[in-house]
Amino acid sequence: MTDLALRRSSRRRAHFLPRRGSAILLVSGGVALLALLPVLALVEIAAQGSGDLWPHLIENVLPEAVRQTLMLLVGVGMATVLIAVPCAWLVSTCDFPGRRMLDWALLLPLAVPSYIVAYSYLDVLHPLGPVQSAIRFMLGISSPRGLRLPDLRSTGGCIFVLSVVLYPYVYLSARASFLVQSAAALDVARTLGAGPLRTFVRIAMPLARPAIVAGVTLALLETLGDIGASEFLGMRTLTVSIYTTWVNRSNLPGAAQIALVMLALVLLLIVAERSARRSRRFVATGSAKPQAPTRLNGLAAMGAVLLCTLPVLLGFGVPLAHLLNATIQRVEFSGFSMDVLREARNSAVLALAGTALALLLGLIVSVAQRLDRSRLGTAFARIASLGYAVPGTVLAIGLLTPFAAFDNFLDSLARQFAGVSTGLLISGSGGALVIAYAIRFLTIPVGGVEAGYAKLSPHLDMAARSLGSTRTGVVRTVHLPLLRPALATAALIVFVDGMKELPATLLLRPLGVETLATHIYAEAARSTYEDGALAALLIVIVGLLPVILLARISRASAR
Amino acid sequence: MARSMAKTLLLAAGAMTLLGASASAQQVVNVYTTREPALAAPLFEAFTKATGITVNSVFVKDGLPERVKAEGAASPADLLMTVDVGNLLDVVDSGVTQPVDSAVLSKAIPANLRDPAGNWFALSMRARLIFEAKDLPKPASFTYEELADPKWKGKVCIRSGQHPYNIGLTAAYIVHHGEEKTEAWLRGLKANLARKATGGDREGARDVLGGICDVAVSNSYYVGLMRTGKGGPEQQKWGDGVQVVLPVFEGGGTHVNVSGAAVAKNAPNKANAIKLLEFAVSPEMQAVYAEQNMEYPVLAGAKVAPVIAELGPLKIDTVSLVDVAKARKKASELVDKVGFDN
Repeated sequence: MTDLALRRSSRRRAHFLPRRGSAILLVSGGVALLALLPVLALVEIAAQGSGDLWPHLIENVLPEAVRQTLMLLVGVGMATVLIAVPCAWLVSTCDFPGRRMLDWALLLPLAVPSYIVAYSYLDVLHPLGPVQSAIRFMLGISSPRGLRLPDLRSTGGCIFVLSVVLYPYVYLSARASFLVQSAAALDVARTLGAGPLRTFVRIAMPLARPAIVAGVTLALLETLGDIGASEFLGMRTLTVSIYTTWVNRSNLPGAAQIALVMLALVLLLIVAERSARRSRRFVATGSAKPQAPTRLNGLAAMGAVLLCTLPVLLGFGVPLAHLLNATIQRVEFSGFSMDVLREARNSAVLALAGTALALLLGLIVSVAQRLDRSRLGTAFARIASLGYAVPGTVLAIGLLTPFAAFDNFLDSLARQFAGVSTGLLISGSGGALVIAYAIRFLTIPVGGVEAGYAKLSPHLDMAARSLGSTRTGVVRTVHLPLLRPALATAALIVFVDGMKELPATLLLRPLGVETLATHIYAEAARSTYEDGALAALLIVIVGLLPVILLARISRASAR
Repeated sequence: MARSMAKTLLLAAGAMTLLGASASAQQVVNVYTTREPALAAPLFEAFTKATGITVNSVFVKDGLPERVKAEGAASPADLLMTVDVGNLLDVVDSGVTQPVDSAVLSKAIPANLRDPAGNWFALSMRARLIFEAKDLPKPASFTYEELADPKWKGKVCIRSGQHPYNIGLTAAYIVHHGEEKTEAWLRGLKANLARKATGGDREGARDVLGGICDVAVSNSYYVGLMRTGKGGPEQQKWGDGVQVVLPVFEGGGTHVNVSGAAVAKNAPNKANAIKLLEFAVSPEMQAVYAEQNMEYPVLAGAKVAPVIAELGPLKIDTVSLVDVAKARKKASELVDKVGFDN
């Protein structure tokens, strides 16, 4: 490179992208501000005062809500680890019949919304349902009144339902970690005389711990924000209490106050997870030979197949079979309505737009963090990830006010200066909903791209720069191609989550727009969820393809 | 890649505008409703057929007043429909409605079922009743007070105590007996529960049939929706599998609640909104409410569906709905206090 070229490129850099306060950092700050919008609105709502609510809450509501929330978190946390980690270990380090299929099949429950799993299991396990009918038949009991088994509508039932749909988060990250663990460390343990179990417990598990914790954190955030399944199964969690305070006591400021307290708790959880990860960071030596899978035979193989099939059956097989059955019965009974196709289109379009926006915003934030390397960039990335920690209902309420205010501002401007009414430009068009999806799921691309970047050595940037590439050039020609798997993974997860999203969709969608999720909810609201079976089935089917792709990409990128 | 993503974004934005595609120069009325779409649909369809006015609706289960308030002057909402008198008054109290002076409405709707100032109107009624297991002897009478009787220990199914239907019932209890007795009643009822207080009203029938409980509390129209087979063969079994009792308050009648509507303050199509309201209380539409939704009509002299008439004469409780709505906050606090939903 000539001196001139070097000088020119450095001048151009100095002009367009100064290191401090660079343009991309500024945009990233804008994204962070957008993500902060609902929280700021919440603070504003909370500041309106909630009257004499808190003494009542502290005495009668919060102790029980906190207790039930904690029980749910502990239960789901333990159950997802117990389900996911052995499966992830088996699929990534052993070989047994059906392993290749189970490898991706274990992710399938991601495609099923928790509320649908809850409805399905209530039907299947009800005294009038197939399971209990069969038990009574075998025991020779004629009337359902003759046998009383535990009810699904309980803490245990809710832990069960949430665990069988949320374990894939843990599975995904544990598997990724097991796949890259170098054979060397494990071999050393084996040559020192440790058996397979001991190797797993003493070496593989501790190495995978940060990844497992990250997966569990995601599952717990989902649990914390869940309203569909929890409310349906009779739980009184913090999120349900926020909702009740708002809806039944018409005390929105009070609900906002509880939401802020909960947000603080969530932030604590995330900070704890981050610091746990930081203190135990393991360098993955990329060049190490991955482990050769251990071949399992006979009983061991059978056990492995059974252990890995069960979660798929519980989280996906049973709900799907139930939905298929219910759909067939419904179509026979009331025919096929074309409405459902329109709803499917709406769901897909909204989720797609939300995905594109989330990806774009996530990329901006992550790239800014990489290029700028200042604390500010990292802070923006953290703030941008906040949306996931806010329950969807609360997020929606928080967005309602600023969007509508903006629309009204624009409308009055247009009326004043152009003599036309723009109406509700953002909130009336579905734009509000798309932005809500993007904010809610922004943590997925931000986290994904960040993790992708972690694998790209800074030396790569230096090499590209020394070959004359500009900073934007590095991003375009080096980063983006290498980040493609991370971006694709994030896109697929956001899309599936967008299809399933209920609370924000319910509140922010424009006049006359139904989606599959709101359709199901409307049916469930009058306990006719069988009428929503077809819509539920479509959500699951549309979610299937991304989930299968996801499994492929994550394996490919681990290799 | 960034460019292709921007392209996708643009494409998606284009598709989004198609989503909102609506009638342009046509006469419209925009309805925000907390009512399940399937229950409001027959009214809207008939209205469009009779008047040519297109009905755009959105089902906003929660947050209807918040949404209209936030949308402010630019809000497209014309008519706000809710179930439960408390929710209706919440909408009015949040200042997003306007009074309507209509001789048609005043004539059709009894005075106790509408706001004297014209801010809200009830369009239909529903009673809170009891499902009982068929193998139990049908009682000559049943009171709401009895639900807390220890003889039903572990045998009662009911949805969440915080659900508007139960808050309405509890609020009516307060109006009848005062806070102290209501708290004792709630504690007794809580002790009698067979399972967590959750789910919908139809699940009460299903759970009685499934042997989980002996009695369940439900709204009246569910009886009709189940028994006529409108909800499918499964639900018909549930509905037929229980006997139905219309309970009363001691010294009172059966607790009823309403579905109703109010005209939005900034309604761009106010005239059409009033037309829709007036249409809703016409004899034809009140018959639709009765026949399709299995509700009790508000129009004097309008008939109820046969399957509802079978339940026996409805003796409506004497307390004022506005008083009940006022006691709602207290009711909700008591439900928390006794840990009803825990």
